[in-house]
Amino acid sequence: MGSFVLKRLGFAVITLFCVLTIVFFIVRILPGDPALVILGDQASQAAIESLRTRLGLDQPLYIQYVEFMAGVFTGDWGQSMVSGRPVIAEILNVLPATIELTVAALILGAAVGIPLGVWSAIRRNSVPDYAIRLASLLGLSFPAFVSAILLLLAFAITLRWFPVMSTGRGETFGARLNDLALPAINLGLIMAAYITRVSRSAMLEVLGQDYVRTAKAKGLAFGTIIWRHCLRNTMIPVVTVVGLYLGILIGNSVLTEIVFNRPGLGRLIVGALNQRDYTMLQGMMVIYTLIVVVVNLLTDLTYGLIDPRIKYK
Amino acid sequence: MSAANSTPSANASRNYFRTTVAAAGAGLLKAFNTNKTSWIGLGLFVFVCLLALLAPVIAPHDPLDQDVFNRLKGPSADYLFGTDSFGRDILSRIMWGARISLTIGIVAISIAMVIGTTIGLVAGYFGGKVDIIVMQANDVLLAFPSLILGLIVVAMLGPSVENLIIAIALTAIPPFARIARAPTIAIKEREFIEAGRALGYSDLRLMFGHVLPNILPEVLVMGSLWLATAIRVEASLAFIGLGVSPPTPTWGGMIREGFENILDSFYLVLFPSIAILIVVFALNLLGDGLRDAIDPRLKGEQ
Repeated sequence: MGSFVLKRLGFAVITLFCVLTIVFFIVRILPGDPALVILGDQASQAAIESLRTRLGLDQPLYIQYVEFMAGVFTGDWGQSMVSGRPVIAEILNVLPATIELTVAALILGAAVGIPLGVWSAIRRNSVPDYAIRLASLLGLSFPAFVSAILLLLAFAITLRWFPVMSTGRGETFGARLNDLALPAINLGLIMAAYITRVSRSAMLEVLGQDYVRTAKAKGLAFGTIIWRHCLRNTMIPVVTVVGLYLGILIGNSVLTEIVFNRPGLGRLIVGALNQRDYTMLQGMMVIYTLIVVVVNLLTDLTYGLIDPRIKYK
Repeated sequence: MSAANSTPSANASRNYFRTTVAAAGAGLLKAFNTNKTSWIGLGLFVFVCLLALLAPVIAPHDPLDQDVFNRLKGPSADYLFGTDSFGRDILSRIMWGARISLTIGIVAISIAMVIGTTIGLVAGYFGGKVDIIVMQANDVLLAFPSLILGLIVVAMLGPSVENLIIAIALTAIPPFARIARAPTIAIKEREFIEAGRALGYSDLRLMFGHVLPNILPEVLVMGSLWLATAIRVEASLAFIGLGVSPPTPTWGGMIREGFENILDSFYLVLFPSIAILIVVFALNLLGDGLRDAIDPRLKGEQ
């Protein structure tokens, strides 16, 4: 197990370096002088020069690169161009709200998606199977902001069950849950659509295996076969989905946070875009990179837990 | 079969092209007939394309025409889907908006398909170090959230049709490279490639004339699924405020504007939402059915 974890960890660090390098160059290759973009066309030459110095843009590229990398790992991500506060503080301030939302959505997605997918596979080519397949295909066709607006219309505006604006900062547990409900349902149902499809096809594959036929021949109860023999083997592709669709999940969380006006990384990045907060944008790309790499590492390690064979490969 | 006055090589390349397209077409047709729901998806998609193409002829109003006396009117005989806060006809704006969504989606995915497939084909065909490095970089890009990447690229380049196409194409290249590479690795070991090599065919000719026709159906199916994603991403960017600038009608932009009046005029967001949903669902229905039909693991199960 130790060497497996070490190998994965090493791989994650290499990936992190590669993506951070790409982030560094994307921000610098795109046309336009950031100082000019921030200050506008009317700015004086002196103001632009002083901002370039402040941003370190007057340094040669390799020094900028070394400083960027050193900054990332020592927690110095620069100051926001708008608020003047450290970028990392602004990000850490809203990160819990986003994590709360995505974790709730993942739990909901798995709780709805796995049973539906398994049921659909067992009852293959029946009416429920077709209904579930169609519903899940429809579910993943929804742009997250469209489903969010429809939920808002139905449950917050018409039925008034939930608040229209989610503060994400409720005092009591009940208030927090009430705030979280609609955004989490929105994100969770879309995730459930993906998870349903993957668990269905994974289950179908497992049901066709020899050991399942043997178990049937042995006279085991159908429920026992599904629970004890099939479910665990179905889990690997389902866990893969979390890693694979993480990008979609992050994109959808941004849209959900905007519609429900909920604090989080989504609103932070849109604010930074509107205000041309260049250091904040760079910081946002770093944090998204970190999230992607860490989650992929976690899914890799989870495979090892679910399927002991993987560790020895 | 051959034109007498063309050079042998030009003639030959035209023939590869013809066989490539014919083989892919036959593969797709077979897939269509295996999975009937694909026809429904295709029908819906063609219907939307026709509405978009014919918008200048059949749209009941000018999509940019403002009418101060008919602001925020609900659906009526004259304005089937109602009017927005400038008194513009929603139905006409949806039909014109379809042109923007489809143009950006189709052009971006075509570009991504050509570049991505070429990368995957070359990496898979040659293998070795090139393959490892290219696919490593590819996987890293694949993991990065495409909406965030699109957001940043559009924000830096400025929101225009061309820049949206660039941003969306960039995010869609990695999946095509991946889908093209895996079957290439299997196919390059087959006898007919060996035979081609023995006949002295160039790598270029083997890759594009002989491997490509075999992987094209899969790439095209992937194309329909990614077209759905591209349209969704374009609408999402427009909703965030990074779409083609107003007053040009875009579905995401219409929902953004309608969202401000959601408390009293919900139809402003409802109709463009349904439009997006129909196109994305149609393309998913089409692509998903075809993918099931051509997936070798599922063959013989129907």
